[in-house]
Amino acid sequence: MEKPNLNYIQKVAAGDKDFEKSMISVLKKEFPVEVETYKKALSKKNLKETAEIVHKIKHKISILGLIKSYESAELFENNLKNNTTDTHKVFEDILENMYQFINKL
Amino acid sequence: MKCIIIDDEATARAIIEKLCVSVPSLEVSGVFSSAIDAIKYLNETTVDLILLDIHMPGFSGFDFIKTLKNPPAIIVTTSDKKFALEAFEYDFIIDYLVKPIEPQRFEKAIRKVEASAPVSTKVQGEKEVASFENDLYVNIDRRLIKIDIPKIYLIEAKGDYINVKTESKNYVVHSTLKKMEQKLPDSLFIKVHRSYIINLKKIIDIEDNSVLIEKDVVPVSRTSRPELMRRLNLL
Repeated sequence: MEKPNLNYIQKVAAGDKDFEKSMISVLKKEFPVEVETYKKALSKKNLKETAEIVHKIKHKISILGLIKSYESAELFENNLKNNTTDTHKVFEDILENMYQFINKL
Repeated sequence: MKCIIIDDEATARAIIEKLCVSVPSLEVSGVFSSAIDAIKYLNETTVDLILLDIHMPGFSGFDFIKTLKNPPAIIVTTSDKKFALEAFEYDFIIDYLVKPIEPQRFEKAIRKVEASAPVSTKVQGEKEVASFENDLYVNIDRRLIKIDIPKIYLIEAKGDYINVKTESKNYVVHSTLKKMEQKLPDSLFIKVHRSYIINLKKIIDIEDNSVLIEKDVVPVSRTSRPELMRRLNLL
């Protein structure tokens, strides 16, 4: 599994450590809420809502430099739009990988 | 240049705000998590630029754009490349940034906005009508010819030229539709297509996707139609 990184955030921060800290704090706050929303939407089999939250999470995947995971998330989003939950396990592994990384920040 | 940010994702808002702060000419006057909140703000405040997330649940960026009476410059921000074609149907969408937005790419987009229109004109929201409100002077064969603005019924883009039509005469002028639009009063004129501006007072009738104005039938683009209908005194 790819290893997340903070390269993009550091590039945007351009040395501004306060910004880096505030970005990490936003990620820590927003990401678990999105994961929860994803789980609820999927359990309700509301695939439209699930696709929307996957779309939103995709941005965070790219921010953390997860190139292959982003492609997998995109595939999963398209699957949901085509009314199938195929590859949801792959997506959930990505979420877990991100969760572990963000939690240690 | 005064701008606002609209994005339903907090992480994206924080990044875009940081990118804005890095550009000295930009002043972030508002950050909104929903387009509805931004509409309320824009009813009271004029801005030069909107950084707009297109993909928002419920009320999308495109829905938001359709509500704008006098849209400022817009830079679309999104994770979807597929909306790019639709975005560029709107003249005021200056650029399309795919997330995650690279700082250099962001700066390039801002430079495009700055090059697209002088800030002072847009902030004031005023049209640069020459010395007399109803007169427009155009340069034809090294002569400045006066046109009475209310008598113009149609301006048509023709490559590097525009054809300004009045009841009595047509004027072919070396200029652009965008420059012409800045000289005309909003109360009287509306752009109904990327190649046509019409005088609302001169409309004879409207059919599905066209307007009959004097003797000309002018196409109305899908994106301009809602604004045209809004401006009419409909029974």
